[in-house]
Amino acid sequence: MKTCRLVIIGGGPAGLAAAVSANEAGERDILILERDEALGGILNQCIHNGFGLHTFREELTGPEYANRYIEEVNNRKIAYKLNTTVLSITSNKVISYVNTTDGFVRLKAEAIILACGCRERPRGAINIAGSRPAGIFSAGTAQKLVNIDGLLPGKEIVILGSGDIGLIMARRMTYESAKVKAVVEIMPYSSGLNRNIVQCLNDYNIPILFSHTVVEIKGKDRLTSVIIAQVDSSLKPILHTTHEIKCDTLLLSVGLIPENELAKNAEVELSSVTGGAIVNEKLMTNIDGIFACGNVLHVHDLVDYVTTESMLAGKSAVQYLNTHSNEDRVININVKNGIRYVVPQHISCDNDYSAITLKMRVNNVYRNTSIVVSLEGVEIITKKKPICTPGEMETINLHSELVRKIKNGSNLVVELKGRE
Amino acid sequence: MKEMICIICPMGCHLKVDDSDVDNIKVSGNGCIRGVDYAKEEVMAPKRTVTSIVRVHGGKIKMVSVKTTDRIPKALIFKVLEQLKTITVDAPIYIGDEIIKNVCNTRINIIATKTVSKK
Repeated sequence: MKTCRLVIIGGGPAGLAAAVSANEAGERDILILERDEALGGILNQCIHNGFGLHTFREELTGPEYANRYIEEVNNRKIAYKLNTTVLSITSNKVISYVNTTDGFVRLKAEAIILACGCRERPRGAINIAGSRPAGIFSAGTAQKLVNIDGLLPGKEIVILGSGDIGLIMARRMTYESAKVKAVVEIMPYSSGLNRNIVQCLNDYNIPILFSHTVVEIKGKDRLTSVIIAQVDSSLKPILHTTHEIKCDTLLLSVGLIPENELAKNAEVELSSVTGGAIVNEKLMTNIDGIFACGNVLHVHDLVDYVTTESMLAGKSAVQYLNTHSNEDRVININVKNGIRYVVPQHISCDNDYSAITLKMRVNNVYRNTSIVVSLEGVEIITKKKPICTPGEMETINLHSELVRKIKNGSNLVVELKGRE
Repeated sequence: MKEMICIICPMGCHLKVDDSDVDNIKVSGNGCIRGVDYAKEEVMAPKRTVTSIVRVHGGKIKMVSVKTTDRIPKALIFKVLEQLKTITVDAPIYIGDEIIKNVCNTRINIIATKTVSKK
């Protein structure tokens, strides 16, 4: 069987950054497997700007951001295979992949980084009643049709869900002379970034209906209208509020799910909250030598954060390859009071006391609150936040002095205090 | 009186802007001083970077993504977009290539934001 020291599954922003970082850490035997015909992943279709403010201190478009890392991968002569589908990985790190030039290949890796990104929740995941006509697309599919293939999915659009891709597509469809009639959001707040509400909707007078949802889809061959209704506080439609919006296209922007079919295969333990792997501070899963980073680990709102996280995964994988240290995972990070999840979920005891970045999301909109980290019941970090929203990932840095204090069996808790 | 949401930080303050006297624009609802500058520019001269696509002839993919090299006046967005819809460029196109010079007399150029190689 062919062997490779480090195989990275996925050549999007996560895979590219992980590869560059692993190479920087001295690893030369790296292979990126990418199923699309080009490196760059979802960034290739995200032609809008706003990427890179943290990483490069300038505003880039998606393809430009991807290009920085693609060039870096090429300069470092890191190997990659395009149009290559990984069929399975096993817990002893045997990868099966297929493409038209190599055929079916089994490859034994010493370490694997899962960087396979996420996928969109489809119509079936949200159970909308009605017929099944043409004209219903996930927002990302519509984005690919418009931006890569030059095809317009429809002319009169309703968007369900106000995630960032939905908001971006509202503007994009408007630019392509389609009429976006409304964005319909079931929650009383948007899961998208504020700047997208302003620059993609308000700029073009596109209405957003909070606490509303689509309750019925009409049309035989092609979508002709959707019925929308207001929802009550338990998200149940209020019957007398229904009204019809004529449209030929419905775009769904109703959430993203980490793509972990391969991980399940390899018996990687997944979190029911994030949908991604459960990892330690090195981003290693429960399977020795299998790491995860980017949107396959948990869905990020900024690519810059994906890059930072993936750089860590690349570095950690090389550390693992060189030492093969088998770190016990002992300290669970517990979350409560408004914190929905934290990544990493646990910290290995025999770490090298490097600083640890905790990434988290809250479960609702909170004002005038504090994110508090406590160790053995004592507050060790308090970060005041005028506002926390589920759409914006929060980070807390545990500097190495604090990490040093965390002992085997410590009780580490992250929570919100004094929330409104 | 105009209403707007400040996008400088995640707070998203709802600003009220009194622009009846353009020499003395009054802003209220802002949580910090940055909201005032934001509101003033939004009232006086709102600008945006425009990103879109241009048709490619003979390329591996059909469209190349493009952007304005700087922010253009918001009022010109659709004029610029109309112009982009009328042109076709020949592959190969390289990232950073100039697609239109001085678009709509703004002194701002349209450049490619990705490379599209020949089919």
